[in-house]
Amino acid sequence: MNANTALARGSDLGSLLRATPDSTPQGPGWLNRLRSEAAARAAQLGLPTKRDEEWRYTDLAPLLNYSFEPVRPPPLLALADIERFIIPEAAASRLVFVDGVFAPGLSALDNLPVGLRVTRLAEAWSSHEMIVHAHLSRLVNFQHDVFAALNTRSFSDGALILIGKDQRCPAPVHLLFIATSHDAPVVISPRCLVIAEPGSECTLIEDSVSLGDSVYFNNMVTEIAVAENAQVTHIKLQREADSAFHIAHSGVTLARNGRYHSNTVTVGARLSRFNLSVTQTGEGAECTLNGLALITGQQLADTHSTIVHTQPHGTSRQLHKCIVDGAAHAVFNGKIVVQQNAQLTDAAQSSRNLLLSARARVDTKPQLEIFADDVKCAHGATVGQLDSEEVFYLKSRGLDELAARNLLTYAFAAEVIAKIAVPSVVERLRHVVLEQTQHAS
Amino acid sequence: MIIPNSKTLLEVRDLSASVGSVEILKGINLTIRAGEIHAIMGPNGSGKSTLSKILAGHPSYTVTGGEVLFEDKNLLALAPEERARAGVFLAFQYPVEIPGVSNSAFLRLAYNTVQAQRGGDELDPLEFDDFVREKIKLVEMDSSFLDRGVNEGFSGGEKKRNEILQMALLEPKLAILDETDSGLDIDALRIVANGINQLTTPDNAILLVTHYQRLLNYITPDFVHVMEGGRLVKTGGKELALELERLGYDWVRDENEAARAMA
Repeated sequence: MNANTALARGSDLGSLLRATPDSTPQGPGWLNRLRSEAAARAAQLGLPTKRDEEWRYTDLAPLLNYSFEPVRPPPLLALADIERFIIPEAAASRLVFVDGVFAPGLSALDNLPVGLRVTRLAEAWSSHEMIVHAHLSRLVNFQHDVFAALNTRSFSDGALILIGKDQRCPAPVHLLFIATSHDAPVVISPRCLVIAEPGSECTLIEDSVSLGDSVYFNNMVTEIAVAENAQVTHIKLQREADSAFHIAHSGVTLARNGRYHSNTVTVGARLSRFNLSVTQTGEGAECTLNGLALITGQQLADTHSTIVHTQPHGTSRQLHKCIVDGAAHAVFNGKIVVQQNAQLTDAAQSSRNLLLSARARVDTKPQLEIFADDVKCAHGATVGQLDSEEVFYLKSRGLDELAARNLLTYAFAAEVIAKIAVPSVVERLRHVVLEQTQHAS
Repeated sequence: MIIPNSKTLLEVRDLSASVGSVEILKGINLTIRAGEIHAIMGPNGSGKSTLSKILAGHPSYTVTGGEVLFEDKNLLALAPEERARAGVFLAFQYPVEIPGVSNSAFLRLAYNTVQAQRGGDELDPLEFDDFVREKIKLVEMDSSFLDRGVNEGFSGGEKKRNEILQMALLEPKLAILDETDSGLDIDALRIVANGINQLTTPDNAILLVTHYQRLLNYITPDFVHVMEGGRLVKTGGKELALELERLGYDWVRDENEAARAMA
């Protein structure tokens, strides 16, 4: 790319750059250097267009319709304002961020389980500088991702979660990101770093919610390092306001025999994109990725996942489902790479999509890139309406057409929801699914 | 059991039907009265399963002639769900799996839907739980099957037991059992048959559709009909099934052709 086009494309970011100021140089020198590098890279990359293969189906033009501004100090919220978002299982392990700013009054960190350290990222670079330095920006690379670059340039806070060696945390850690109402569109840039030391286990819930319906852009980056024999269960709930933009990137590395289980539920935002990159760097690693996008109206939900097997005996399982109603548009691009050294990899991927209206659209693209010769890999994709045999089965039991269709649509979503290991989350999501899938006659 | 002067539940008159442009049923006549057990036997492709599905209202088939009365009302004018509520039940040859919905939630929904139509009491989840745990004993099913997804990962035998459990809950007047014996080992066959036997009353009737005679070792039919080429070509008592088992379907086919040649 020559300097002129870089400049021209960089100018595309206009208000996004203005709205994501360089964070105040309060951090250590390496962090400030990283931020400058990210800022320069963001300006070089500019906003991707549909000519970019990675963004072929997702038009970011709506982002340019708004003039984004830096986020203002958020209003002070009371616990009662956020009560409906509280997850009982995580009552003593909750970190709340309001418009990206840590809210100690709403958080609950006093009775954390032994071995679990949850720290504001803004404090962590002094208290845990070595570990933050060793991981930050290593698992999500911003060289080819303008949004990761923008986040790295300007994130001011987030969470550092450290699970000590051989520690098992029975309670999930709830990271609640709340967006409030704004007079002008704002950009929020949360950042999380999760480090599971050897033999540890924990469950993380990343939850993006909104209290209003104004326009905002939530640009998140989460990095998760899973050490030998450790296990991280990562539940990501995206229930942003209908007018919001949500772009998130999670980067995960798995050391030998490490396990990563992801459950992603996407119901909110007018435009959302979730990049999930999992790299198995050690032998015998295992990951399961379960995703559900449930969208309607004019929503667009795009999920891009990449699973890279670099070592032998790795396992990966992926089930991604989309239920698309109205004039909504779902995109799934799931790439599995099996490198030459990754013999005896066992990978299976399934993309299943349900279109509930004539105007609904889905683009699905499962991809396998296999460079090893002794592997077991399968993938498949289906797009369609409800199965007429299943509808008939339910009607033959007395349910009318509408009740039968509603039940099957609910079931299609519930299969993914049911895999989530936190009961109150499952219960709440069931209600969300019920509300969104039950058509009236 | 054959009960003199009992009420006619099902009256099939000269029924013909096709799927696409292929004619499958070519003039079926069948009368089933309350209390009776009928078996329709026949080789693969003879139209047995088609008849079952048409009676239940499957949308893939087109009735091209004849009529079907259920308790003197035109059954073919009813939607599948209306037939179910009126008391027609089809136990599927291949029950569908519905992951994501628990079996107990599904069973309760079906039960309450049918109860509401019949003016009976609907049950809340707790009441239904007690009720279904009693009924489940009939098919010797473990109660853990209630918590699983509908038929999700069930073996062939478990699916068939679940069908009979649904029959027990919905209390149909006419139960059509489509190849309920297929894919069952001997223990499962005994359990399923035992369940069906316990559900027979003087007020209901059963239509068994089967390829093999072995189910009839456990459930004694009052009438056995042989289907061949879309027609019921022979009707007899329970001994007809044994004869078929011994002589094979070719015997009926040959006899039928001879009869037609003479006519």
